[in-house]
Amino acid sequence: MKTFFAFVNKEFKHIFRDRRTLIILFGMPIVLVVLFGFAITTEINNAKIQVVDLANDVYSTKLINKIKASGYFSVKEDTKNINDIERIFQDGKVKLAVVIPQSFSKDLINTNYAQIQIITDATDPNTSNIITSYLSAVFKQFEMEEGYTLSTNLEINTRMKYNPLNKSVYMFVPGVMTIILMLVSAMMTSITVAREKELGTMEILLVSPLKPSIIILGKIVPYLVLSLINAMTILLLGLFVFDMPMLGSYLLLFTEIFIFVLASLILGLLISTVSNSQQTAMLLSLMGLMLPTILLSGFIFPISSMPKILQYTSDIIPAKWFIIIIKSVMLKGVGITYIWKETLILIGIAIFLLVLTIKKFKVRLE
Amino acid sequence: MEKETVIEVKNLTKAYGAFKAVNDISFEVYKGEIFGFLGANGAGKTTAIKMLTGIITSTSGDGSVAGYNINKQRDKLKENIGYMSQKFSLYEDLTLMENVEFYGGIYGLSKKQIIDKATLMLDRLHMNHIKDTLISDIPLGWKQKIAFSVAIIHDPKIVFLDEPTSGVDPITRRQFWDLIYQAVEDGITVFVTTHYMDEAEYCDRISMMVDGEIYAIGSLQYLLNKYDSKTMDEVFIKIARG
Repeated sequence: MKTFFAFVNKEFKHIFRDRRTLIILFGMPIVLVVLFGFAITTEINNAKIQVVDLANDVYSTKLINKIKASGYFSVKEDTKNINDIERIFQDGKVKLAVVIPQSFSKDLINTNYAQIQIITDATDPNTSNIITSYLSAVFKQFEMEEGYTLSTNLEINTRMKYNPLNKSVYMFVPGVMTIILMLVSAMMTSITVAREKELGTMEILLVSPLKPSIIILGKIVPYLVLSLINAMTILLLGLFVFDMPMLGSYLLLFTEIFIFVLASLILGLLISTVSNSQQTAMLLSLMGLMLPTILLSGFIFPISSMPKILQYTSDIIPAKWFIIIIKSVMLKGVGITYIWKETLILIGIAIFLLVLTIKKFKVRLE
Repeated sequence: MEKETVIEVKNLTKAYGAFKAVNDISFEVYKGEIFGFLGANGAGKTTAIKMLTGIITSTSGDGSVAGYNINKQRDKLKENIGYMSQKFSLYEDLTLMENVEFYGGIYGLSKKQIIDKATLMLDRLHMNHIKDTLISDIPLGWKQKIAFSVAIIHDPKIVFLDEPTSGVDPITRRQFWDLIYQAVEDGITVFVTTHYMDEAEYCDRISMMVDGEIYAIGSLQYLLNKYDSKTMDEVFIKIARG
């Protein structure tokens, strides 16, 4: 125990004297979260949309005026032919088209029910998504004012062109939080071990009576404390800068963060067993973790639309499970009964990585 | 007087695939002596030292250090040896005193023991005035002396020095050897590797290693006579040429 404290004490001294670690630790996450966060929550102002009014009657005119009056859109009405939409999209200036069918007013009056088609250019799915939701709000207002209070009165038929699958924009903030937490945690431990190797102090530690498990634990504990502080910073940014809702229990959220951070720190140690310099460790944890994590965690690209082999691969990415967990807790407010499976998988991954790291540490000595 | 054996090695071999880094070496080191483990770069000295200090396991053969088996009793063994690598490995971002505290700590010394040891050590090295200086601000030759003192802070039975004088000027080297003699007086056995043949004259006994094998072992005078040479350089050249 005494040896363990001597070790942890030394680690804290390293941390507080090494500006680089401190900058990585506290600066990078804030910069990244803010950068990523603002880059994806674009406000809509004067978005160019195309309205194809096939009805050209009282209600359709009212609806179009409503859209214009909202101030979010600049409306083009220069065609009555739905076949032009393809060409307009290809010009690239218009991201969304609204098609009002010929029978619009008639349907509304006779059946209390009408259809509107929204076609979006999903090469830029997020913008399309945002415009669509703004537009839906306008339609809702229209229903209310015209007395058709039932939301089913107007059936909005959205068709995402070019990209049939699309996920909610809430995906991004939890995704960014997850990836940054993971990168920073893994990078810290991998660099600190690589540095010991670079300086030759690792050799001395191996000759000393310190057991590999104590070395590993001694590397994890100080960075666990820092990573948790870090997680708090990121969480606060998510809550107050990006207005993420927090519907679930904080205790549950912190427990899950603890498990995920632990897994990431161990992953960093595993990386350090194969890298001999700080640069290698940094690059490996940055490139080796960032790409698979961003691509396969479901953060940007929906996993369900991937080929089977990639879907299976994504199962071993801890971030995938953590994103599911964090979204469930924050957005849906669910309890542990709904996410125990993901939690167990995450714990399983952490234990597996730990065993592998201890093994690797020992193998290196053989 | 019967000599007490502190290192005993029998047919020790370390093979990496077909390549034998250390090939069937056997020797003994006695308590209180300075044992010079000489050889060119790549002769297998570092591999041998790694087996003796319990960092790597041997492919075949066996040995004991300070009475503990090098493959089976590593934990005990590690408590009883000191080690200094050719990089003088100290933490650059810690002060002299903090390094001493850390190394004392991982060898399980109490706070009081560490303070007593540190006081004695700083006195001997005349470094009291820089005890709170960061290692990165201390010159190389001084670091080397500190690294050695730290390696023996827990009073090991044997200290292994892996090329402790590489990259240091001759005067500092001489001063460093004074520290080694001091350690021997305190009852520590010294196992030192070097590729400076002239340093052999500081050792009580010398082994000459070439291509993973020990070609000759004995006192300086014995080797000079055996190979009919005037200096260790000559001995080395004669052995290397076969």
